[in-house]
Amino acid sequence: MGANGVPSSGKNAAALGLHRFGFGPIGDAITAIAADPRGALLADLERPGAGRLDTPNLISSGEAAREVFDFRAERRAQQKLALRLQKEVATGGENQAQTMAEAVQAPGSDSGASPLKVPLPQQIILGEAKARFDAAASADIGFVERLVWFWSNHFCVSADKDVAMVGAYEREAIRPHVLGAFADLLQAVESHPAMLLYLDNVQSMGADSIAGINRDKGLNENLARETLELHTLGVHSGYSQADVTSLAKVITGWTWIRPDDPAHGGEFVFVRRLHEPGEQTVLGKRYADGGLDQGRAVLGDLARHPATAQHISEKLARHFIADDPPPTLVTNLTQTFVATEGDLKEVARTLITSDESWAAPRTKLKPPAEWIAGVIRLTGTQAQIPIGRIMNAQVALGAPLWRPPAPNGYSDAEGAWMDGIPRRIDIATEFAGRAPHADPLALLDSGLGPLASAQTRSTIAHAESRSQALALLAMAPEFLRR
Amino acid sequence: MSPHAASRRQLLLAPGTLFAWAHLPKLAQAEGRDPRFLTIILRGALDGLATVAPVGDADWLAVRGDNALTLDGKTPALKLDDFFALNPAMPNLHRLFQENEAIIVHASATPYRERSHFDGQDLLESGLPNPGPSESGWLNRTLAGLVPAGRVNPRGSRLFAVGPVTPLVVRGPAPVLSWSPQRVMPASEDTVQRLLALYRDCDAKFAGVLEDNSKLGALQQSGGMVQKPGPAGPAQVRAYFAEAAGTAAKFLAQADGPRIGALALDGWDTHFNEGIAQGRLSQLLGTLDEALAAIKSNMGTAWRETVVALATEFGRTARINGTDGTDHGTATVALLVGGALKGGRVIADWPGLKSVDLYENRDLKPTTDLRAVLKGVLRDHLRADERVLAQTVFPGSEAIKPMAGLVG
Repeated sequence: MGANGVPSSGKNAAALGLHRFGFGPIGDAITAIAADPRGALLADLERPGAGRLDTPNLISSGEAAREVFDFRAERRAQQKLALRLQKEVATGGENQAQTMAEAVQAPGSDSGASPLKVPLPQQIILGEAKARFDAAASADIGFVERLVWFWSNHFCVSADKDVAMVGAYEREAIRPHVLGAFADLLQAVESHPAMLLYLDNVQSMGADSIAGINRDKGLNENLARETLELHTLGVHSGYSQADVTSLAKVITGWTWIRPDDPAHGGEFVFVRRLHEPGEQTVLGKRYADGGLDQGRAVLGDLARHPATAQHISEKLARHFIADDPPPTLVTNLTQTFVATEGDLKEVARTLITSDESWAAPRTKLKPPAEWIAGVIRLTGTQAQIPIGRIMNAQVALGAPLWRPPAPNGYSDAEGAWMDGIPRRIDIATEFAGRAPHADPLALLDSGLGPLASAQTRSTIAHAESRSQALALLAMAPEFLRR
Repeated sequence: MSPHAASRRQLLLAPGTLFAWAHLPKLAQAEGRDPRFLTIILRGALDGLATVAPVGDADWLAVRGDNALTLDGKTPALKLDDFFALNPAMPNLHRLFQENEAIIVHASATPYRERSHFDGQDLLESGLPNPGPSESGWLNRTLAGLVPAGRVNPRGSRLFAVGPVTPLVVRGPAPVLSWSPQRVMPASEDTVQRLLALYRDCDAKFAGVLEDNSKLGALQQSGGMVQKPGPAGPAQVRAYFAEAAGTAAKFLAQADGPRIGALALDGWDTHFNEGIAQGRLSQLLGTLDEALAAIKSNMGTAWRETVVALATEFGRTARINGTDGTDHGTATVALLVGGALKGGRVIADWPGLKSVDLYENRDLKPTTDLRAVLKGVLRDHLRADERVLAQTVFPGSEAIKPMAGLVG
């Protein structure tokens, strides 16, 4: 027993821990970690390379931006050429038309390939999505992957704005820092081209900068506002419109190299020509104009701010534990955050070692993608279900991957996902249909163990088919909630 | 990963999926015939007495009471012959029967005599005499025993996936392709009802969402509103399955398309509020009926050479239980439809419905072995070898002679 009578070992705690902090049990995980569930979760944080993906085939965000730019340019040229060809045929210039037809079919162009060929932008995002989902589906526990998903949603960008870079963004800006310092995570995110593009900073320039004067253009404060409101301090935490405007000025010049640059297109660059000159005051502190360093300094202070510690801690507790998290847990997390200057591994350790994290009732509804990953782990269907079907399922449940409706990301509240429950039945049925070999009663024990109620056991035992039994298990309240 | 392989893997392997042999049967083709064979596995245990009612049996009303289908009921059953009548939800099957393109084999069953769905389905699909693990199904072993006459057209088969996971009936050594609609098949009403019951016990919020959703679904249906993605319901399952079955038929009809395939439709486990004349079972039978119509219409001229066999793992209790449903039973009906049949007949060695006539005083007694029916079709329609049928396809079934005269 831990303090306050919270069981710290046994199958019950093991099953709870695997669902609450991981992606749900895989194989005999409940039994395997029953002796020390907290230790197993803490050990997940200590794995070498935790949080990173070993995927040498995936390209960087810069390469992706350049390749997609080239792909689109080429397609436009082909369309234009095809149109010209039509006109030539209509006016009877057949020889000319023949030559052009050959040009369109020239090796190296995509037009000779199978019509089933997936266009490059989709190929990139499918590859990224697969790598991400495979990591979740095959992880022993998946606590660190859950942290990756949490931070990726906290610092979300959208494929609707730029499809090429969303996947690489998560690998480049989020993953390296989920167990590092929050300040480093914040710096990486706010200077990543995907974020600068998503929240319009690439268009922003100081009104008094050289470019601003020449073009009669000025600030776009979108990124500055969301940095304060969503990424760090939190709304109503005491900053003013003047602070937003100042921060916007501070980060003018943070932009990207346009993707038509064959060498460095799609990469971050600081352009002094766009940068608002002069000292700025943010939250009462004055920052001298050191170019890029001015913004680095402000972000460093925002990362250390107590309001940020409070905001992040509350969000973490809400995501992992309850929509209305235990205040003492939030206090514990905040204290760790402040004391360690935002050491995210220490904050994650506090989450695991706090009894409140284990004592809270299992009422939290798993958000769609997390539930899908759990179902695939349960049924062992990772190899059977193509990533396209998984992404379709996420769309059907209102949570398309890397396409949140707004910069605050997907909601962590039960109310946001409740309406999708009937659709989950369809998806559970589809996925269960891919595991005809599965033994539902054995999976009930390995997937829920002692968490399963008598009613759930009986419902599954009386199912009309194995695949229905499996779908019922995936839809059991004990599997939907954690 | 080649783009071609990627696109094939996009395909779904779930209910509504067609699984088809990658080859054409040589022997039948050598005779100048080009037979098509499709089997539809009905998982959950179909109530044979509610599908084809023995209205001429003097004990019929005593057994089923208010739930008995009759020729003069509120929704009158459709007369098949002097003894049997068809559930009114199946007008298309009735028409096929009248046109001599349907055969109903009543009081039939697999050799399984216990009442577990899982074991019963394994046995129905494996073709083995006893429950137990099996790596292959009877349809696949039939295919493996046929001499192939070249692959089906690769252009047509590009629409098919080589699936890593297939239902047991088509699993085995013979290469099988699969195709299914891109949309997600709505879960069966039965699954939704089971979850609703569980949620009412354990999670009121989930129960509330499902209740609201089914109200919305009913509203959509009654108001004739355009179906939108969202609340699934029986009407959506119906449209989905008819589309899937119809498309399957189109593939089988193509000159160089596949010839032999399998589909499945789940949801027949009607323990409570069975809805024989109106309600759940009626909806499901209607779903099946519409699919049969779609198959006939999309087969075109190939319908003449088609047999569709529909089978379930076992039947349901003769009597109605305490919750207006039926529990797991034994004998039931097997349905055959297709232009290649000598149809218009109900084949039954009728066991009777008096208590002493029932199997263990509860179920319709099996008098015809389902394997005899299937062996008859496989031998006479596909020219499967009788010895292979007895030893490999349905091992140990030498004593169960193929039923003659079903086809031709």
